[in-house]
Amino acid sequence: MADVASYAADDVDNLKATELRLGLPGTEEEKTTAALLPTPPSTPRGKKRDVISGAAEEEAAKTAPPAAKAQVVGWPPVRSYRKSCFQQQASSKSKPPPAPEESAAAGAAGALFVKVSMDGAPYLRKVDLKMYKGYRELREALEAMFLSCFVSSGAGAGANADAPAVNPSDFAVTYEDKDGDLMLVGDVPFDMFISTCKRLRIMKGSEARGLGSLKNN
Amino acid sequence: MSTPRSSSTSSPPQIPQSLTLAPARTASTSSSSSASGMRDAAEDDFDSPPSQMSEDDPGGGVGDRWEPDLRGGNGGARWAPPDQVLENVLESVLEFLTAARDRNAASLVCRSWYRAEAQTRRELFIGNCYAVSPRRAVERFSRVRAVVLKGKPRFADFSLVPYGWGAYVSPWLAALGPAYPRLERISLKRMTVTDEDLALIAKSFPLFKELSLVCCDGFSTLGLAVVAERCRHLRVLDLIEDYLEDEEDEMVDWISKFPESNTSLESLLFDCVTVPFNFHALEALVARSPALRQLRVNHHVSVEQLRRLMARAPQLTHLGTGAFRSEAGPDGALSVSDLATSFAASRSLTCLSGFREVNSEYLPAIYPVCAKLTSLNFSFASLTSEELKPVIRNCVNLRTFWVLDTVGDEGLRAVAETCSDLRELRVFPLDATEDSEGSVSDVGLQAISEGCPKLESILYFCQRMTNAAVVAMSKNCPDLVVFRLCIMGRHRPDRITGEPMDDGFGAIVMNCKKLTRLSVSGLLTDKAFAYIGKYGKLIKTLSVAFAGNSDMSLQYVFEGCTKLQKLEVRDSPFGDKGLLSGLDYFYNMRFLWMNSCRLTMRGCREVAQQMQNLVVEVIKDHSDDEGESETVDKLYLYRSLEGPRNDAPPFVNIL
Repeated sequence: MADVASYAADDVDNLKATELRLGLPGTEEEKTTAALLPTPPSTPRGKKRDVISGAAEEEAAKTAPPAAKAQVVGWPPVRSYRKSCFQQQASSKSKPPPAPEESAAAGAAGALFVKVSMDGAPYLRKVDLKMYKGYRELREALEAMFLSCFVSSGAGAGANADAPAVNPSDFAVTYEDKDGDLMLVGDVPFDMFISTCKRLRIMKGSEARGLGSLKNN
Repeated sequence: MSTPRSSSTSSPPQIPQSLTLAPARTASTSSSSSASGMRDAAEDDFDSPPSQMSEDDPGGGVGDRWEPDLRGGNGGARWAPPDQVLENVLESVLEFLTAARDRNAASLVCRSWYRAEAQTRRELFIGNCYAVSPRRAVERFSRVRAVVLKGKPRFADFSLVPYGWGAYVSPWLAALGPAYPRLERISLKRMTVTDEDLALIAKSFPLFKELSLVCCDGFSTLGLAVVAERCRHLRVLDLIEDYLEDEEDEMVDWISKFPESNTSLESLLFDCVTVPFNFHALEALVARSPALRQLRVNHHVSVEQLRRLMARAPQLTHLGTGAFRSEAGPDGALSVSDLATSFAASRSLTCLSGFREVNSEYLPAIYPVCAKLTSLNFSFASLTSEELKPVIRNCVNLRTFWVLDTVGDEGLRAVAETCSDLRELRVFPLDATEDSEGSVSDVGLQAISEGCPKLESILYFCQRMTNAAVVAMSKNCPDLVVFRLCIMGRHRPDRITGEPMDDGFGAIVMNCKKLTRLSVSGLLTDKAFAYIGKYGKLIKTLSVAFAGNSDMSLQYVFEGCTKLQKLEVRDSPFGDKGLLSGLDYFYNMRFLWMNSCRLTMRGCREVAQQMQNLVVEVIKDHSDDEGESETVDKLYLYRSLEGPRNDAPPFVNIL
């Protein structure tokens, strides 16, 4: 196998050697890292403005030139209600029972509430993903929300008397994305994560250990 | 009539004597305009501020107007003093005045008229929920049966007002409940309404009849269930473009909660409630609601189900048709002719909407009613011109038509050829982005102007426009009251000449003498605003985006548009100088909104300092990290009798 691989590699090198291209022989072909930022909006302020999924566009820009002009919030002035209806139409046509797109209230108002469930917790919580600037803040908020209740009940003579001291590395934070898949939190840029996350799930125990831990996110 | 003087002596001297805080005042009714250029107040603000009046009170007489009326109850048999008799007579006469503007005028005549009017006003209209406190409203008007409240500024619809800004209905309900036990109607627009609020409505008003929520948020099917169950006299439940908080797995079967006996329902509009519902319960509800005239269902209703509903309610006048496609397999699908039979049996239908996931093969089913239709809403149906034409050819009596731009200029031409009586047209974009292709253009606008001379209101989204087409519309449609043109690409000039769109909009304000609402777009210079100021004398609402060169634009508008009530501006090069040119005029307006312009804190503070009865809010976006910044991203200022509100969130800085 290894021979085949190296043979293939040689082949590629040979191809490169005979490739016709502009430029002096011997110069390396540069990979242009199109680190395109969203075009500054043509508004007078010229300051950083809220751009819809600006970071997501940055990602797209790296792979597909030219970068799309950054979309401005609320323009054209079509009500979010109307826009979300067409999202619904599209999703219901493409797949049966559609999980609702981000709650309509969020679409209109700019908040992004998602449910957070934790294995073993009696009830779920909701967090507004837009309140957090990055993964670290989100993790801290989740820890404050969930882990503290376990620790305190363990310390007292409460129901969880047999629960050992809680170790954050026993937990993994996962999320369900638009396609319904269970993903580990932390792989993609935070802004992209926000736009695809439908709900969060904190897994614990043996399921979690393989995936990674809260600490490492 | 005595002229109340401006109360705040510290206000800038350039405010004319005749201009007062009392926005409700009119010199007289429509005919004479005052020589001193007095502005005609908002026809729909009730607030001639009592504090104002009492300060100007010459001091003689009975004293505080809040003193309860000395009249002996409901016209009892006791002897009443002569001026009391006069007041009773006055009240009987004032009962006939319904328009808020007329009532506002009457209330300014003298204190006796003020009292009589306050006793007889039945509908309370509050255009800005923060302009007056619930307590003050309730103290003045004792016999109100209907309340209309509006909250957030309109730009909230486009995500420009951050979540949590305000406009909560709870404090209002807390005051209305005890004060008006006989309240029958509540209409809310752009307010936050919780399920608890809905429960409070059901509990506080045993005679409650009509609830209308437009562009509201904060509630869920749980709140709807409470209303359905407890408001036994409910006639109207209209939910229009609201955002409900439900998740699909949490919703409540609210339709089942209506009373089991015959209901008095006349209107049930719930197309914006996106979660599924209990169809059988709805069918049964419709069957036992003999007064039902208006029904709009959400997109979870197939044509098979629609047919069953229509069979139960052949007397409907307004129908929202749901998905308008079949749920059954290919063999079980309803035939078009069977559906057409249902429509033929609905002899009273005049208004159709829905078509949320339309299968255009079913469109011929509505032919039997087309000729009688006055209103047709296809704005959620992605139809081509070929699909539209056979339908629209039958709609000879259409007055209101909403459609998607997918029908193209050709579809609009077909509309123009048939619908000569058209009064309102709205053309929405399927792809609402700046860089979209755009399927309609100046060609469609021109065709409409030629075929629909009675047009009064138009909203038109496009990517390509010419001054010529806009000028043509201004000449062909002189009855235009509302002209809203949105060229989606920013700063786009005339597509043929490359000129700014100044002349087109100039022609509109010049030739359409009844124009009260205008939204501008495209490449516009100060010249456009000079036209608007010069000719737009009746304009009450003006929306500006990505337009103008300098502060002169704002100055033209403030100085020229004497009836201006609401000004919304975004992303335009206007700074403090432009803002300050409006100082003399802010008290006559309901509000000013400016975002992403060139305002600074210094300018906004100056406005706040000079105008005591304005609330000046500087709003930051959540994502703005900087602490104190000199530039102002969003400014919202409005007149108010109450001063700064106490429910403002941390990102709102009230100066």
